[in-house]
Amino acid sequence: MNASLNDIPVKPAAPKSKSAKLMTKWYNQRYLQVMVLLGVAWMIIFNYIPMYGIIIAFKDYNLITSISDAPWAGLEHFKAFLDDDELTSVIRNTLGISLIKLIIGFPLPIIFALFLNELRSLRFKKAVQTISYLPHFLSWVILGGILATWLSDIGIINKLLLSMNFIDEPISYLAEPSYFWSIVISSDIWKELGWSAIIYIAAMAGVSPELYEAATIDGAGRFQKMFYVTLPCIKGTIVILFILAVSGVLNSNFDQILVLKNQLNDSASNVIDIYVYKVGISQGRFSYSTAVGLIKSIIALFLLLIANSVSKRLSQTSLF
Amino acid sequence: MLSRARKTPGETIFDALNVFAMIVVCFVTIYPIWYVLVNSLNDGQDGMRGGIYWLPRMFSIENYQAVFANEGIMTAMGITVAKTLIGVVIHVFFTAMVAYALSRRELIGRKFYMLMGTVTLFFGGGLIPTYMLIKDLNMLDHFLVYIIPVMFSFFDLIIFLAFFREIPEGLEEAAKIDGANDFTIFVKIIIPVSMPAVATIALFHGVYQWNDYFTGVLYVNNMDLQPIQTFLFRVVAQSSSNQIVAQTGGAINRSVTSQSIKMATMVVTTLPIVLAYPFLQKYFVKGLMIGSLKG
Repeated sequence: MNASLNDIPVKPAAPKSKSAKLMTKWYNQRYLQVMVLLGVAWMIIFNYIPMYGIIIAFKDYNLITSISDAPWAGLEHFKAFLDDDELTSVIRNTLGISLIKLIIGFPLPIIFALFLNELRSLRFKKAVQTISYLPHFLSWVILGGILATWLSDIGIINKLLLSMNFIDEPISYLAEPSYFWSIVISSDIWKELGWSAIIYIAAMAGVSPELYEAATIDGAGRFQKMFYVTLPCIKGTIVILFILAVSGVLNSNFDQILVLKNQLNDSASNVIDIYVYKVGISQGRFSYSTAVGLIKSIIALFLLLIANSVSKRLSQTSLF
Repeated sequence: MLSRARKTPGETIFDALNVFAMIVVCFVTIYPIWYVLVNSLNDGQDGMRGGIYWLPRMFSIENYQAVFANEGIMTAMGITVAKTLIGVVIHVFFTAMVAYALSRRELIGRKFYMLMGTVTLFFGGGLIPTYMLIKDLNMLDHFLVYIIPVMFSFFDLIIFLAFFREIPEGLEEAAKIDGANDFTIFVKIIIPVSMPAVATIALFHGVYQWNDYFTGVLYVNNMDLQPIQTFLFRVVAQSSSNQIVAQTGGAINRSVTSQSIKMATMVVTTLPIVLAYPFLQKYFVKGLMIGSLKG
């Protein structure tokens, strides 16, 4: 098509066959082909070889033999997971944390964006926005360090609650499984509230001012405008983000939980990703933990497809 | 936002409460960070008594002196800086290069390559198969483990694609007539006009590189190769911060405690991001929008 002048075609033979034409075309775009094939090679190595590696979930693999030499094990490892004592606690923790996060953590950024959108001073609005997404850029290691300090028995939270007589003696919050979910969920909201709101704020900026003016003339108050103008206008954005959130319910925030977990709160912090890490890397049960990881990926894929088709039917909005 | 001639009393109350609520949100967001900052600037022994909430009680920069005198921390900082700088340059260049090739409609096999990439967005090998791959590639305990396994991202490629499609074709045509090949066009013409996209991806990947601790935990045991976040993770998770004090030698001075050193290290680790981010703000909002629309 756009043959460069310096790319002199190999041999402009008179009547060219189809494949020869293709060869010439390929040759003329050889720079582009090399550029893309480098990326394809990377994907084969770092995406597709690990996908092939999933095969060990159906084998008895250990580090000494190679993947192909390992004996087949069929569905043994999948059965073993279903019989595992930790199965119920893993499922409870994974779904429990994710669903509460979805119920509380999903609407909050929308509410935050709605109220932010109502601020009159543009400068103040910008300042609030800037401050609100700062925590997104901090690492969980740092936040884990802050939380560990605050929640320790001599930490600021205990001092505050003691001084207000809410509690009689200090509590080591991170050592108590019963507090773990609340800590994970609230710290996640703290970190991501402003960041998650960005997309909604941007969507709200696209709402035509005429709609608000019309609503004002019709006598709508601020809350009515939020509900009947702003929300319907950003519905598509909400739906798409909701699909993504639903399909991610099996993804616990691994980075976060690995920082906050310890021996004492294990019964509440043992989510599926942590379990795969613990069993696979620490105990070296490669085949078994790959099987567990595979179950998770497949369920996640189905959740995505289901959420997508449900939203397509209900609101004509979908990811694909 | 909207210009209005008059405000009802109800609206005035609404506005006031709204502003108040936003100030509360900002305070809750900033305060934990402020708390660490003032505690890191307080004498360590004195800080053990607690009660430092607003300003340092016994101002001291000894914690920072101890941090900067600590070889372990400084080595880890060096690794973090190196992996962030090298990682960003390679990731941005490589991902943009592949994206540019895929943005050209005449590329043979384009649909197939796009499909190959899209699959990776929805399905992956998972932790253990990836670990085995890294091991087979002999990248355990090697600096390249921070760079090569993340030098490409199909998600970022989609953001680049969206930008490249907006570039007027005439720009490339002119270069072709001058005899430039596609790689030269990419380097000399496409990259310079795509700086907003480059900045967005560089920011995202830079933050990832700076904050990532798990790669170090998983693949690196050599203490001289661990980044600062991995170092801090090991300190937080294994509460081995006493070792840092031992290393620094309480010899320098006795006022430093493991807790106060940890605080100072956290500030040193976070400061570059906090300082850089107001300047980069304008880029990531735009990038995020494109990413979310296409993703």
